[in-house]
Amino acid sequence: MRVTQGAFSFLPDLTDPQIRAQVEYCLRNNWAVSVEYTDDIHPRNTYWEMFGMPMFDLRDAAGVMAEIHACRQRHPKHYIRVNAFDSTLGWETVRLSFLVNRPQQEPGFRLRRTESHGRVQRYEIEPYATEQPAGSRY
Amino acid sequence: MNEPAGKPDGAVGEQEVLALLAELDRDLIGLAPVKRRIRDVAALLVVDSARRAQALPVAAPGLHMCFTGNPGTGKTTVALKMASILHRLGYVRKGHLVAVTRDDLVGQYIGHTAPKTREVLKRAMGGVLFIDEAYYLYRPENERDYGQEAIEILLQVMENQREDLVVILAGYKDRMARFFECNPGFSSRIAHHIDFPDYSPEELEKIAELMLERMGYRLDDGAHTAFAQYLQARMKQPNFANARSVRNALDRARLRHASRLFGGIAGADRETLSTISAADILASRVLQAAQSEGATSNE
Repeated sequence: MRVTQGAFSFLPDLTDPQIRAQVEYCLRNNWAVSVEYTDDIHPRNTYWEMFGMPMFDLRDAAGVMAEIHACRQRHPKHYIRVNAFDSTLGWETVRLSFLVNRPQQEPGFRLRRTESHGRVQRYEIEPYATEQPAGSRY
Repeated sequence: MNEPAGKPDGAVGEQEVLALLAELDRDLIGLAPVKRRIRDVAALLVVDSARRAQALPVAAPGLHMCFTGNPGTGKTTVALKMASILHRLGYVRKGHLVAVTRDDLVGQYIGHTAPKTREVLKRAMGGVLFIDEAYYLYRPENERDYGQEAIEILLQVMENQREDLVVILAGYKDRMARFFECNPGFSSRIAHHIDFPDYSPEELEKIAELMLERMGYRLDDGAHTAFAQYLQARMKQPNFANARSVRNALDRARLRHASRLFGGIAGADRETLSTISAADILASRVLQAAQSEGATSNE
């Protein structure tokens, strides 16, 4: 099952020139771009691992592209996303976040139903991949 | 977007390049070797775009440069200009300049240097990285110095990402020569070694005029002669730093000019406020050579 998280995720995967164009757009807006990766794709997993520090004061996308390539090489089977942080007063948040890498096989999510008190039923989803220990998923 | 280092359409007008060179001629006094090299680079660009139009192969030229010369010969000034020149010629995408020294590249403990250098390199991408006094990067007397690590990363990026950034090193000639002796790989990766000559007295006078014009001052006739005298005396002294000494001299002349007017400022018109007279310059300690003491430290 194809994971759809972040911007552009219902589109076909972005090509490198397209990623570059998006990053250029972020830098034009003075957003700080960072690269993150994870192999736990649960939708509530907000905090991914940072790949290096966020990049401030960049003027050209070449530096970010180099980081993305380095991250893909190190973690070819992980989800990798690019975040753009806007530090303007009143925003101070991530303005754009999109995936730039995903594993070949995406097994999807299990839906668990749990009986709770009374006749209440609770639902829970869990990525199949997280049954494996971190690092050996996908 | 994902444009190559050259302009996307490959069309570079000879006219605009000539206009750029003319502008350079106007803004920079002297510095013939520098201008000649910029002219060569610009010519190559025009030729390249003509070649592209004829479907001939075009290779991106190496543009890393090394500026050597005595103090005050305009190394930093030219480096600042170079970023915008290369941008207008279409060799770099963004045309900003990141000026760094050893402190910005070399870390303080193990594992600190590489990320620090990489961060600076990333910031400089699409523009020009200017490393002032580059020889401080390498400290032969300390074999555990982290400078070597910075040099290695620098070399790697200079080689592999030539279309992403241009590196300009600057420093005094003898020390740069020693630096390159210890790091032969560096020297060979730099395509342009440009030596900045000392200025002649006439050039220095022209520089002074240009500086004053920008500050909104002018010399009157007497001041012109006085300043020529001053330059002659100053050039004989130690620690003469070419254009920098000229700038300092002018700053001091402005101070004297100001204190001359001070007190009667109500009656000063536009002319008086902007004219430096001979007295302002002749009062210099350099010219009162008899009591020359203190003049050397008066840099």
